[in-house]
Amino acid sequence: MSLKQNLHNLKEKYKGTKMAPAFNAIHTFLYLPNEVTHGGTHIKAADDLKRTMNIVIMALVPCLLFGMFNAGYQHYAAIDGSLRTDVLANFFTWDNLWIGIIKVLPLVIVSYGVGLGVEFIFAIIKGHEVEEGYLVTGMLVPLIVPIDTPLWMLAVAVVFGVVIGKEVFGGTGMNILNPALTIRAFLFFAYPTWMSGDKVWVYDAVKRTGTEDAISGETILGSYAQNNDVVYSTWDMFMGFIPGSVGETSTLLILLGAAFLIFTKIGSWRIIVSTFIGAAVMGLIFNGIVNADIITESSKFYGLMNTDWWQHLIIGGLAFGAVFMATDPVTASQTNKGKWIYGFLIGFISIMIRVFNPAYPEGVFLAILLMNVFAPTIDHYVVQGNVKKRLKRTKVKTA
Amino acid sequence: MSKDIRIKRGLDIKLVGVAEKTTTKIALSSVYAVKPEDFHGIVPKLVAKEGAEVKAGETLFYSKSDERILFPSPVSGKVVEVIRGARRKVLTIKIAADASQVHTDFGVVDVAKMSEQEVKNHLFTSGCWPFIKQRPYDVVANPNQAPKAIFISGYASAPLAADLDYTLAGKEAELQAAINAVSKLTEGKVHLSVGANSNSVLSKLTGVELHKVSGPHPSGNVSTQIANIDPINKGEVVWVVTPQDLVVIGELLLTGKYNAERTIALTGSQFSKPQYVTAIAGAAIEDITKDNLNTDNTRIISGNVLSGSQVTEEGFIGFYDNQITAIPEGDDYEFFGWNKPIFNKISTSRAFTFSWLSPNKKYDLNTNTNGEHRAFVVTGSYENVFPLDIYPMQLLKAFMYKDLDEMEALGGYEVAPEDFALTEFICVSKQPHQKIIREGLDLMRQELG
Repeated sequence: MSLKQNLHNLKEKYKGTKMAPAFNAIHTFLYLPNEVTHGGTHIKAADDLKRTMNIVIMALVPCLLFGMFNAGYQHYAAIDGSLRTDVLANFFTWDNLWIGIIKVLPLVIVSYGVGLGVEFIFAIIKGHEVEEGYLVTGMLVPLIVPIDTPLWMLAVAVVFGVVIGKEVFGGTGMNILNPALTIRAFLFFAYPTWMSGDKVWVYDAVKRTGTEDAISGETILGSYAQNNDVVYSTWDMFMGFIPGSVGETSTLLILLGAAFLIFTKIGSWRIIVSTFIGAAVMGLIFNGIVNADIITESSKFYGLMNTDWWQHLIIGGLAFGAVFMATDPVTASQTNKGKWIYGFLIGFISIMIRVFNPAYPEGVFLAILLMNVFAPTIDHYVVQGNVKKRLKRTKVKTA
Repeated sequence: MSKDIRIKRGLDIKLVGVAEKTTTKIALSSVYAVKPEDFHGIVPKLVAKEGAEVKAGETLFYSKSDERILFPSPVSGKVVEVIRGARRKVLTIKIAADASQVHTDFGVVDVAKMSEQEVKNHLFTSGCWPFIKQRPYDVVANPNQAPKAIFISGYASAPLAADLDYTLAGKEAELQAAINAVSKLTEGKVHLSVGANSNSVLSKLTGVELHKVSGPHPSGNVSTQIANIDPINKGEVVWVVTPQDLVVIGELLLTGKYNAERTIALTGSQFSKPQYVTAIAGAAIEDITKDNLNTDNTRIISGNVLSGSQVTEEGFIGFYDNQITAIPEGDDYEFFGWNKPIFNKISTSRAFTFSWLSPNKKYDLNTNTNGEHRAFVVTGSYENVFPLDIYPMQLLKAFMYKDLDEMEALGGYEVAPEDFALTEFICVSKQPHQKIIREGLDLMRQELG
């Protein structure tokens, strides 16, 4: 008997039992189900949620691979500064990739293992199918944490994020906050020393702290926030040869991912574009304040306010947030008009928090979470506009 | 005078099996059926019991809520069986047809001299009233409410739809007579739409406001045209008639006979020879599709693939339908079907689906759902195929959580289930949009009247 037939027989056997969702998740992973339409349209388009989610994962893979090389590169470059002189020659090496494999892959495995475990448990308890939302979340999480994040911390955060961020609302499609960012926020507030500072972005920096061969890897935002000089060129920032969360450093690859998502019509170009516009506007405002001499070099905000507005777009997590986080269709605004407002405010507030947040010079995830909360409100007013139009029509007719 | 309506948002689904423009006259079936379920929202009171002899046009049942609305037998013969379902609900009334057909004579009338009430009464007694449907709620029109306008869509844009230019050719006299009659029923205008490039007999009719429609499906849906011409507001009613039903009304007025014969398109890849046939409403599918249909693992649909209803070979064609579609069932598993590149299915996304590369290619789609039912996740895609000024997802959600105020405010009065066929087709979460809309409309009708 073929595999197809075997699996079909097993499905029939498990039908109606508690384990059915778990079995179906594996079955539908291998085979598109044999379900046919009943009533309504008799034909259906080719896409399903798995295909949609899969496209997002594909868009993330270049960032993941780059992040693995970068893990090694930043480690060795921190030890031997001469590597920074010829980046390209020293970047794509097996040594670098090896560090990526031993540091980044475990993050991916823990993220998926724990997250899917929770999803399966909830599906079995509640008797619904395992939905695909976590496929993307599981890939996002390792890309937005510092490389030295301890695995147990990640596991705890993932359990929190999936249960509190998603399952309590009813699972995929029902959540208010982006689950990946909920996980990030949990880490940020529960273990702040592991999420900021200059020790966590480069592999081994924590372990060597206080020893003779201590290494440091300050992020660009960290340098600016301290009003320090930044040692990286714009080219490094755009290409991503800089310390930072695992997958968010390369603006180039993020933009490639964005192009892929927009081309496949999976990602909302409205949100991506408006987020960049919002960030640019806020950046321009701050540049203007500096140019008008309202703020002087002695101010603690000077470094970040004086950063060119376009630089804000390529440093920190802004690009990654705009492309992969803000566009989450469940937690973003759902109306097209709303998406413009939603994206703009994310960009605007991101840069505002980035400049004014004294504790931690990055605000993208906070801005997105904040706007997640306001997205339904934005939609409400957009939809009310449509309702008003309809009501107005009535008055004209009866007047 | 014509006004152009251009629709930009929508999707033309091109399928294999367009009906060839030849018409075969099908011999009289032995059995015909009238299914009260075709008339949504009607509670039938049976008149013709099992064993009764009826003429064509004679009443089989009437509506419990309005005894004037009669439902006629399409043929003359003997009521052989009344099939009932749960709680004795009447499902099907089967009539064995006589070899020679006898029609009830309703008399030739001169519409020009008739008042509105006389036209109405004539349509009531002849059993032609059910041809008139109403918006909101998409049900048989309530004769007690005055419609602000009457809409007729002479342009079919649904996949594989019967070409109305072809099926209506030569019916000018009937159509004009029917237009003259229905225009008495409203104080407002009678709006008639034809395809922008069509050569329809409808465009020659007088006494109507003619509109030329172009653009992808659902440009032919009457709701789309209403929304563009004269949208429905709270408290307003419009009536809707299809051109093929106008022909029946016209023939009644001109000859006094109720003749439910119509040209039906046989379409879809499972027909060996997709073509047109003339048959009487309620005919047995078996007789219409004889020697033409590959019945092996086939889905037979009375109507089009987007909003028709599934029938079996032993079933009967629906009262309002002018099309039978047959496509393959898709009840098989597909290895890694969710992530491999797809060339043989249609999609509006480009997520490794390639139908966007060949917009004119015809597809042989089957009934597989291509995925399982999920919560709404993807946003913004419905809007691309939904031309009405309504937020489709928000309306669907309001219909699901049954908030009457929102259902009303978001545009519930303006939609019919068929308007959500395309959003249902492209739905990544495989939600049953038309079912949600139908149930929501029923609730609104019950609560808001």
